[in-house]
Amino acid sequence: MLNLREYRSLGEALRAALERWPNEVCLIEADRERENARFTYRQFQEAALPLASALQGAGLQSGTRAAIIMTNQSKWLISAYAIFFCGGVLVPLDYKLTAAEELQLLAHSKAEFLVVEYHLWRAIMQTERFKDLATRVVLVTEAPGGADLGGANRWEEFIAAREPVFTPRSRQDPACIVYSSGTGGRPKGCLLTHENYLEQCIALTALYPFSPGVRYLSILPTNHAIDFMIGFIGPFTCGAAVVHLRTLRPEYIREAFTRYKITYMTLVPMILKNLERGLRQRFADLPKVRRGVLNALIATNRALTRRRPNLRLSRALLRQVHGAFGGELRAFFVGGAFTEPSTLQFFYDLGIPVGNGYGCTEAGTVITVNDFKPFRADTVGRPLPGMGVKILSPDAEGIGEVAARGKTIMSEYIDDPEMTAQTIVDGWLMTGDLGRIDATGHLQLFGRKKNMIVTEEGKNIYPEDIETAFEGLAVKEFCVFAANYLWPARTLSGEQLVIVLHPEAGQAISEDLVRNLAGRNRRLLNYKRISGYLGWERDFPLTASLKIKRGELAEQIRTNFDRSAVVSL
Amino acid sequence: MSSLQSTTEEVLRLAAEHFKVPREQLAPDDDFFKKLGINSLQALDLLTRIEHHFKIELPDYELQGVSDFRTLAERIQLRL
Repeated sequence: MLNLREYRSLGEALRAALERWPNEVCLIEADRERENARFTYRQFQEAALPLASALQGAGLQSGTRAAIIMTNQSKWLISAYAIFFCGGVLVPLDYKLTAAEELQLLAHSKAEFLVVEYHLWRAIMQTERFKDLATRVVLVTEAPGGADLGGANRWEEFIAAREPVFTPRSRQDPACIVYSSGTGGRPKGCLLTHENYLEQCIALTALYPFSPGVRYLSILPTNHAIDFMIGFIGPFTCGAAVVHLRTLRPEYIREAFTRYKITYMTLVPMILKNLERGLRQRFADLPKVRRGVLNALIATNRALTRRRPNLRLSRALLRQVHGAFGGELRAFFVGGAFTEPSTLQFFYDLGIPVGNGYGCTEAGTVITVNDFKPFRADTVGRPLPGMGVKILSPDAEGIGEVAARGKTIMSEYIDDPEMTAQTIVDGWLMTGDLGRIDATGHLQLFGRKKNMIVTEEGKNIYPEDIETAFEGLAVKEFCVFAANYLWPARTLSGEQLVIVLHPEAGQAISEDLVRNLAGRNRRLLNYKRISGYLGWERDFPLTASLKIKRGELAEQIRTNFDRSAVVSL
Repeated sequence: MSSLQSTTEEVLRLAAEHFKVPREQLAPDDDFFKKLGINSLQALDLLTRIEHHFKIELPDYELQGVSDFRTLAERIQLRL
């Protein structure tokens, strides 16, 4: 792997990687059973440099902000490298946002360039606010011949023959602006520097060294902090290969393991759970004798790997199970949301350790991760090398807010010094999560202090962001809360949102209102939906600028109602 | 070419079969996440089965924001 301490920017490190391993495969793009593209490091460079040249020709230079809105695919990484090569600041946006939300974040980020897939661009062009889009240069990938691109360029044709000039950046310069929330309210654009990423990569690869021959299966969106680091920067700076799969279908994920002999993969709990469910079903379908033999082998593996994973032994004992995963799988990583310890244990017993981690975009991805020394299913591991973690105001059980400090913590939320000051205090990142550090230095999480939920798909949902969906409801006022914020619970699973409705004076919550509420709720993406409503008869406490004092309202609700008052939708 | 009505009927039949629920319990306007108690990954699994049945390809993003059988059938119909 590269010695990342020698490099000042992601562009510089990636450029060195492309020159260091010219003949190694760095990227494969697969879709269902098809392979769309395959690149060696040299071929990747050959694809990226003409794009970089054209970007430079169009004015992309040091510090220019350039957004990408794309599903997982090779053009994402090629475009990102070209942007870094030119010294640009990458703004990776979530392709699952609505077109109106994309426009909002494009405006907030002040992105001058945009690389976008055709189907997403078409949706953006159809929005009312499209005329306000200030992006100067738009590149659209995979547009059908003759499609109206509204003045945008075709990515595939946006190339220049002139040799591009590499633009150096310093470690403290911004590398990316990553939005952790704020589409409906106050956008939280985390500014992450080249140093943040390089240091995160150094820490992660110290624990899990990648190398040429390693194949990483990438199915999480590359715009997500986890995949950007573990499915792009990490493998590339180690000479490893990334396999992009352009579908999340379980059937094709299973096929990809065997076809590409996958070594590592990062999942969110929902996908891990789905794999577990499938395996348990297959085990249950085995004839009784074979099932008995399998259970005995699993028990033997569990006993023999109690202290440390032993991949060779596990593969020999459980040949068929490992064969179903391609035979080369070393570990899964899981993060983004709470994972049931029983799921982690299930895979560990099969000889497939799951590196359960914890982090957030503001921390440059990972704060803690399991190191398997020994495996622990009940924690999110120890702090990454170089990361300081402390518990603020711990209660009698040692539980308090988790704070983190280190070289990977973002420098600021762009254009929001107030929120930055609330979030980073004396160099410590206030995570808003509640945890405890045990005697062995492992972090255990118990719930949240902040008003938000995380779904099992790893999506962070902030109530303020979905309130726009309910604007115009026939009530005097309303407010959305995370149920566990209203009624604190020491759990991170099954988190839900509830809406508090304050009807006009003398009015009740009518059937019509509930029908309207349910209809609007249904138009939200399934993981953003509220699960119930609560009637409230008093005026909401407001600030001088007429914003709801959410903390105070929550306190009033907590005093007057418990969870049983929530009516399910 | 089949009509939207028959496509919707086929989708309902396939969903009932896939998730082992009686067909008569499902209606075109049902929210399949809620009605079947499934997550988005399980919905994608159903989509794979639907693709094989209709011999079409629906990218994952086509399912984004779709949560009822009727809308799903409409998306399929566009590709038949």
